[in-house]
Amino acid sequence: MAVLVDRNTRLIVQGITGREGTFHARGCAEYGTNVVGGVTPGKGGTLHEGWPVFNTVDEAVRETGANVSVLFVPPPFAADGILEAIAAQLPLVICITEGIPTLNMVRAWESVRQSGSRLIGPNCPGVISPGKAKVGIMPGRIHKEGSVGIVSKSGTLTYEAVYQLTTRGIGQSTAIGIGGDPIIGTTHIDALKLLNEDPETEAIIMIGEIGGTAEEAAAAYVKEHVRKPVVGFIAGQTAPPGRRMGHAGAIISGGEGTAASKMEAMRAAGIHVVTSPAEMGETMARVLGRS
Amino acid sequence: MKIHEYQAKEILRRYNVPVPNGKMVTTLEEADSASKSLFSAGNAAVVVKAQIHAGGRGKGGGVKVARSLEDAHSASKTILGMQLITHQTGPEGQKVQRLLIEEASQIDRELYLGLVLDRAAAKYVFMASQAGGMEIEEVAAKDPDAIYKETINPAIGFQPYQARKLAFQLGLKPTQINQAVAFMQGLYKAFVDTDSTLMEINPFITTKDDKLLALDCKINFDDNAMFRHKDLKELRDLAEEDALEVEASKYALNYIKLDGSIACMVNGAGLAMATMDIIEYAGGSAANFLDVGGGANQQQIEQAFGILLSDPNVKAIFINIFGGILRVDVLAQGVVNAARSLNVTLPIILRLEGTNVEEGRKILKQSDLNFQVGETMKDAADLAVAAAKGGK
Repeated sequence: MAVLVDRNTRLIVQGITGREGTFHARGCAEYGTNVVGGVTPGKGGTLHEGWPVFNTVDEAVRETGANVSVLFVPPPFAADGILEAIAAQLPLVICITEGIPTLNMVRAWESVRQSGSRLIGPNCPGVISPGKAKVGIMPGRIHKEGSVGIVSKSGTLTYEAVYQLTTRGIGQSTAIGIGGDPIIGTTHIDALKLLNEDPETEAIIMIGEIGGTAEEAAAAYVKEHVRKPVVGFIAGQTAPPGRRMGHAGAIISGGEGTAASKMEAMRAAGIHVVTSPAEMGETMARVLGRS
Repeated sequence: MKIHEYQAKEILRRYNVPVPNGKMVTTLEEADSASKSLFSAGNAAVVVKAQIHAGGRGKGGGVKVARSLEDAHSASKTILGMQLITHQTGPEGQKVQRLLIEEASQIDRELYLGLVLDRAAAKYVFMASQAGGMEIEEVAAKDPDAIYKETINPAIGFQPYQARKLAFQLGLKPTQINQAVAFMQGLYKAFVDTDSTLMEINPFITTKDDKLLALDCKINFDDNAMFRHKDLKELRDLAEEDALEVEASKYALNYIKLDGSIACMVNGAGLAMATMDIIEYAGGSAANFLDVGGGANQQQIEQAFGILLSDPNVKAIFINIFGGILRVDVLAQGVVNAARSLNVTLPIILRLEGTNVEEGRKILKQSDLNFQVGETMKDAADLAVAAAKGGK
């Protein structure tokens, strides 16, 4: 079954005529995702790589019946692109763009929250349900269809976890990259809830990093609601406080957001916390009795 | 992006937020003349304040009150050029290259005001506390109820009633309330207009004659928003930043200098942090955080190499790449070219996985350079730690 994206996904790409948009639209389509068109204001009515291009998201949705949008829109305009997608009532909006000003997201957030749309990201690799659909920038070929769900703030660490699973013969139901910005649409809790309720997902890998308190909140949720085994890793155990470690949201500030606090909360919730990123796959294999 | 106190106060002035009169100086002569003009304006004392980006300047000896021109001169002489060590500078301290010479204020009460992002709520929050002059983190840990908070609706902004509420909670006198409302609204406007991520007035003081003043001010800007603030970008003081970090930022490399001996080159912020962690667990320590990004090209990799090698503490180089968008063969070629052109003699340990990994390994093998390849991340970390220890 998987969650969020599957064979019913009809994808439009906002920013499809740009370099990134073109490259990844092709990548998603090659993986087997049903890409139905794209949006670039001013290029409506043209064809790009065989896909119809529209001036507005609204028009694209009406003409193509799209149900998912992925954004490769430059940072100054990306929050506006998100608002346009939710105004067109797309159920799922995935924003890959990194570098959106925080103020833009603060202003957009209330509309996102009140809408019926789910936002994933920004600053994320996207979502993949192996064997079904890929909406994002992850390398498709390292994945394998299966039953482990993944939720992660980090792109490359997600690939790492996927690879460690696949090489052990363990497949994935859906891997959700939620993004490394301070304000993101879908949090660890939201993604855990989806995976917990997905009958095809047997177990979950949760990858967090320093900054904020979303992992602590997610741990409390796991303790209360999740009966599936969860393996967890937190990046930045040795990161100095007060420094932004690559991701805009990856910063320990005011004594908040340390890896130690997150790992402690996760352990207390019964999550199998690994201290080394090299142990995610083998720990999951052990938990599933497949090692 | 961080700025100095004197720059932050300049911004507050533009929003009619009252700050003490003062002048930024870079030489002892300028300092003397600034002190002189403050004394001749009738001030009984002046404050000499070191301008560095780190906090805790007072405790480190970087802030002195002087009651005479001679005292001001000797304070300026001591502080200007000193290596100021605070809990935020690291043990080597930061050289003081600028001073702020300010009129001393008649402090009645020391309070706190701050504006930050509440990540969980995705809203800005105005904070106030009666525990001014202390680290707000300490207050939050010891007595969270001592911090009053007002969450701001971004559509309508920070409202006067919210400012009034905070002002009354701070126990300000009725005669100070309207001043406080204007003060706080000025701060909020400055915060939003400048795309700040943090604004702290600590201490926010009341004076013996019932006035309100921002005695200190700390502002951080959102790096992601600097494209629309050409003027604020000019406030960046490169002397306050690590030279290697400045160099790396020219090439859009995400580099943070640390104090270990194993240099790291990684793609992706999460994996870069995790690489530092795994080195630590293997018994070593990372010399840096470096995320070369998903789309790094050969030139960037060579530049990254150059930066890693400029750190004299580095004893070994650990390259940990999961090639998704960044193809492993491109990286491998970049590594070989850089190692050749820079004449690298340090041990290089690689752990490569992902797209075109076989071609990448072939390129490394066919070069006559001395690379060690770890099969897994853990093997590679062990190799790197051993190399760093043996390389002394």
